[in-house]
Amino acid sequence: MTQEIAPQADDALLQEVAQLMVSALNLDLDPAEIAPDAPLFGDGLGLDSIDILEVALVVSKRYGFQLRSDNDDNVRIFTSLRSLATHIASNRTT
Amino acid sequence: MKHAPLLGHASLDEVFAYTPAGPVDVRSFLTDVGELAACLPAGNHFLNLCQDRYRFTVGLAAGLLTGRVSLQPSSQSVETLRQIQRDYADVFCLCDCEFATANLPRFDFPQRSVGARSGRGEPPTAIPSIPAGQLAILVFTSGSTGRPLPHGKSWGSLVINGRAEASRLGLFDGPRHAIVGTVPPQHMYGFESTVLLAMHGNAPFWSGKPFYPLDIVAALNRLPRPRLLVSTPFHLRTLLAAGIELPAIDRVLSATAPLPRELAAEAERQLAAPLYEIYGCTESGQLASRQPTVDPVWLPFDGVHLTADGDRVLASGGHVPGQVALSDEVSILPDGRFLLGDRHTDQIGIAGKRSSLAYLNQRLLAIPGVVDGTFFQPTASDEAIVRLCAFVVAPGIDERQLLAALREQIDAVFLPRPLFKVDALPRSASSKLPRESLQALYDTLRNRRDGNG
Repeated sequence: MTQEIAPQADDALLQEVAQLMVSALNLDLDPAEIAPDAPLFGDGLGLDSIDILEVALVVSKRYGFQLRSDNDDNVRIFTSLRSLATHIASNRTT
Repeated sequence: MKHAPLLGHASLDEVFAYTPAGPVDVRSFLTDVGELAACLPAGNHFLNLCQDRYRFTVGLAAGLLTGRVSLQPSSQSVETLRQIQRDYADVFCLCDCEFATANLPRFDFPQRSVGARSGRGEPPTAIPSIPAGQLAILVFTSGSTGRPLPHGKSWGSLVINGRAEASRLGLFDGPRHAIVGTVPPQHMYGFESTVLLAMHGNAPFWSGKPFYPLDIVAALNRLPRPRLLVSTPFHLRTLLAAGIELPAIDRVLSATAPLPRELAAEAERQLAAPLYEIYGCTESGQLASRQPTVDPVWLPFDGVHLTADGDRVLASGGHVPGQVALSDEVSILPDGRFLLGDRHTDQIGIAGKRSSLAYLNQRLLAIPGVVDGTFFQPTASDEAIVRLCAFVVAPGIDERQLLAALREQIDAVFLPRPLFKVDALPRSASSKLPRESLQALYDTLRNRRDGNG
């Protein structure tokens, strides 16, 4: 990955983030079962605000940056596994 | 007391709240209240769904001035909205953001930035009085029948409630505290400890409800000291675990779930501020406080008494209407203070929201195809918060369908994580479900799952 190109979430990162979510949230499923583009809220994986805080915590530990919700990105970031992984790819410091 | 003031402030020039646009004084707050009161739709009941704490409070006050009752259910699920509409046919929703109000009429909070008041009408010259006996809010507990049970609070009793809390926390002494709350204003704890404290506790609040740890930091930085953080064990744990530099906090308040002593001590160490816990329930309102690192014993608010009555404990006095039986295991000490037993009761509190196992079980069993089932809160290990799980006997329905059906009925924070499908529940000969059996089943299923994973 070079500095010039906006980082995209590759398959390895998608898998890694799916694994993080499953273990952080104690989800009863195989990480591979989380479809990258399926909604994380509501009828998709059914996450709630507590889950978001839990995921935010492990993301901050693992990738070295803190999430903030002072813009509407908050909703977009947690739209799907892919959107979350993409956000991580462009903000990670570790 | 025939009348109670809308606000406890001595002057219209005092700061009532802090918003992103700056401080709002009492005069401007009253102007906003008057403008909203003048345009509310017909209907004597409203669901105040405003996310913004300031708008929520403007809505509450506009309701008080016009004799409207604020309905504050413990959940905002579709099923709850339906039941509310059945019981209060004239209800409308007061909203300040996108929210699926099902088929309930909705009224959107007038969209204009705070500070841009229309200037119509007479400027307020005094703080209005409200009849003390006027029904101000209806809060709901989840009755075991599955129907939300309303508990009415008069404005007079809420004023006493807010003053008692402020007095206990020392908010009337010394410089005025500014509040940052991580809990919603709709639920009793957040309502009492942010909304009532701003109205009658000499402590203006920050209008937002910060979510991430960095949001809490940003909100605190917007406020002058001294600062009071109103939060829950769950939010405190994530704030401390974030490992970020925190601004000065002068007092911390926690409620809704038992706070592990280690977490209390860690919070006081990292935040360099005393942490107080509040005890109460929806029926009675707040009753007592303690500083858990100093003393595990709870001290009732001034005027509040706990008395034993057979195997029940009753709360009375102060703002408590009549006598309210407590569902927790309470040991009253000779001096009137008390200890709480293990809170393995029916009540469940997660992140500022409350429900009861009886209610959740009732909703689970109401799902077509569910033969038997129960929610269960496993024993905590190292975590400050443990999610609920559920064991369900439902041949022919998969986990996903069960969760989808539950999501319609209950608040998402109470959804089982995980939901275990089982062939039968470990019922005793008398058909009871001993806690030990459920914990053993939980351990077995968890181990099996982790082994496979």
